Amino acid sequence: MFKKTNEKIYHWMDERFNLTPLIEYMQHKQVPVHKHSVWYYMGGVALFLFIVQVCSGILLLLYYQPGVDSSYESVRFIMTKVNFGWLVRSVHSWSANLMVFFVFVHMFSTFFTRAFQKPRELTWVTGFILLALAMGFGFSGYLLPWDELAFFATKVGTDIAGAVPFIGEAIKIVLRGGEDVTGATLSRFYAIHVAMIPALFTVILSLHLLFVQRQGMHEPDYYKNLKPEQKKTIPFFPNFVLRDVLLWLIVLNVLLFLAVYFPWELGPKADPFASAPEGIRPEWYFMFMFQSLKLLPAHVWFMEGEVAGILLFSVAGLAWMLTPFWSIKFDKSARFNPMLFIGIAVIAFIIFMTILGYLM
Amino acid sequence: MKNIFLRIVVSGLFLLFIKPDFILGDVETLMKTDNCISCHIEEEELPEDFNKHDIHMQKDLSCSGCHGGNPASDDMDEAMSIEAGFVGVPSKKEIPEFCGKCHSDIGFMRSYQPRIPTDQTDQYYKSLHGLRLKKGDTKVADCSSCHTAHSIMPASDPRSSVYALNVPETCNACHGDEEYMQEYEIPTDQFTKFAKSVHGVALLKEQDTGAPACNDCHGNHGAMPPGISSISHVCGSCHVNNMQYFSDSRMGAAFKKEKLHGCEECHGNHEVQKTSDEMIGVDDKAVCSNCHEPDDKGAEVATEIHKQLTTLATTYEKALAQQKEVEHKGMDDLDIEFLLQEAKQSLTQARTLVHTFDSVKVTVKVKEGLGKADLAIKEAQAQIEDYYFRRRGFGAATFIITLLIVALFFKIREIDQRNLNKEDRR
Repeated sequence: MFKKTNEKIYHWMDERFNLTPLIEYMQHKQVPVHKHSVWYYMGGVALFLFIVQVCSGILLLLYYQPGVDSSYESVRFIMTKVNFGWLVRSVHSWSANLMVFFVFVHMFSTFFTRAFQKPRELTWVTGFILLALAMGFGFSGYLLPWDELAFFATKVGTDIAGAVPFIGEAIKIVLRGGEDVTGATLSRFYAIHVAMIPALFTVILSLHLLFVQRQGMHEPDYYKNLKPEQKKTIPFFPNFVLRDVLLWLIVLNVLLFLAVYFPWELGPKADPFASAPEGIRPEWYFMFMFQSLKLLPAHVWFMEGEVAGILLFSVAGLAWMLTPFWSIKFDKSARFNPMLFIGIAVIAFIIFMTILGYLM
Repeated sequence: MKNIFLRIVVSGLFLLFIKPDFILGDVETLMKTDNCISCHIEEEELPEDFNKHDIHMQKDLSCSGCHGGNPASDDMDEAMSIEAGFVGVPSKKEIPEFCGKCHSDIGFMRSYQPRIPTDQTDQYYKSLHGLRLKKGDTKVADCSSCHTAHSIMPASDPRSSVYALNVPETCNACHGDEEYMQEYEIPTDQFTKFAKSVHGVALLKEQDTGAPACNDCHGNHGAMPPGISSISHVCGSCHVNNMQYFSDSRMGAAFKKEKLHGCEECHGNHEVQKTSDEMIGVDDKAVCSNCHEPDDKGAEVATEIHKQLTTLATTYEKALAQQKEVEHKGMDDLDIEFLLQEAKQSLTQARTLVHTFDSVKVTVKVKEGLGKADLAIKEAQAQIEDYYFRRRGFGAATFIITLLIVALFFKIREIDQRNLNKEDRR
């Protein structure tokens, strides 16, 4: 009876939207199985965490009220009075951090397996844009509870943006909605966090997923050279998707563990007239840049140290985004792999500067 | 010319060897205009306690401002002549008038500080020090005994001998000297006692300038030991409610009749200790039993008040411990904190109401506090319960998720197996 109804609905839909080819495509799509297959799942985990972000974010929206006199109070209300509000807020904060972490993992795994190469250049570029947007999500969301640390971290962050040559001051004023971090900044960050970035993110993410679906999974070189009968694969649907779901469930459990045992804190309310508290630091994924800027000398060549640092990071970021277009071809007979070296150097730099940032 | 040159050289050499906290910097300027200073430096006859930071020096009132004379003249005889208004060093008896010459003249003082009091000399002559000085006792304190003669600084300056934190030491310089005070037949251990008292610890140890020093109870220029009638007013100038309750109570009237010192009878004077609930009742530490018999009406009231206070204090402590646990568990303790603040307020008020010696009034306030403390405990328990509920919830969620994971794992294995079989068949 139940099966029959299902079939009826399917036929009704299929008649109108021609679903069969799509289902067949998914069933025929194969995912390679090899020793690096585990990295295929990282993007999926990041996607899952994004879905968690959207769901928990929508729930927070039901009670959150942006405004100098209401932001902090409403977040406090969510955490103390709303049923399971503490859980939703904590999950939202933890999930945001885990999402950025998995996007980084996904990106570096793509880099080291050289999955960015032709024909996947645009998948890489859209992926990089998604990372930048995820960091934008983090930066704009950090201010929304309007607590002391968030307030001063935003002040420092927007100050750094203000140091960009020529357009910095304009960017700073646009971001802040004036000279200082005020209620206007809060409204702006709210709009950026819940409307602008989500809209952009959805478009870019759709493109990214579309590219992945159209081109299929990247095959590492050694796998590509195997004879067809030696190439082990599994169907994308349902085998790969079910494995994805299994991993998502584990991540969900980890997320719940973090939210329950390490609930996200809410500091004292922001006071624009108070002096900056000690230990203002950005979110961990900005730390390596923040620390590098701090360590730069006052003057580099003819520029201010901070300006030089920002320029350097902008150029490095742009170069990283355009990796598929300049990547150095690796001759298998040579012992030295320049791209591997670059990747390790970048990771080492990020980890070293982040640790230094937390120690200093 | 040669004379001036010589003075500059000698003064320069002198400046090189003198103590660093001594005159420096401004001396060169003063030397050009003030011959008193330059000459006294040259002759090494500056007063021992001379300090360029003296308030008078800072306001351009150098030696001649008090001692008269003509500082513009470099001829000693002319500069220190009677014609030039030179009055020299005043005798002990002359000092109050000597300082009062300016300090009692509001017309003059107004140019420095419009709101400065000018009744110091008047007050001084009404103080025990002043009265005795008038009678010829030259051992008593005069202005310079407390303020120094040449290192006078405003009382708000931490370097001043009359700065709040320095007052006890300043008074103790004479009052703690057994030999010096022998003929007056008064105790000399006030400072030792004061230093151990609740006021002394706050002032000297915790450096709380709001805590009372000697002058806050005894007065400063009009210093007198507080008498029976004034003692509760002295304490009451800070402890307003306590004084009011005591004055309005039957106990207050009885004390007056019996000519007993108000606050001092129970709390002591210089050695006044931090109060505790043990002070009331009939136990060993209770001060009530100093006068009351264990079975009289007063002892009954004291016992009841003690019981009420300890009940609230214990409940408050219990609520506080629960709040700490809530805080430690990372749960929300804001509302509990507010309730505790209110309970603490009630406890303080109930303790103050002890001075009414009315157990009914104390009981009403205690009940108010108990209500708040009980609410705080209830709220804290709810938070602690919620803390464990979250963990139990997590346990249940983990169980369900693990079941799903296991089921999914077997499903995947089954599908993989089916695929393999399909391939084998092919």
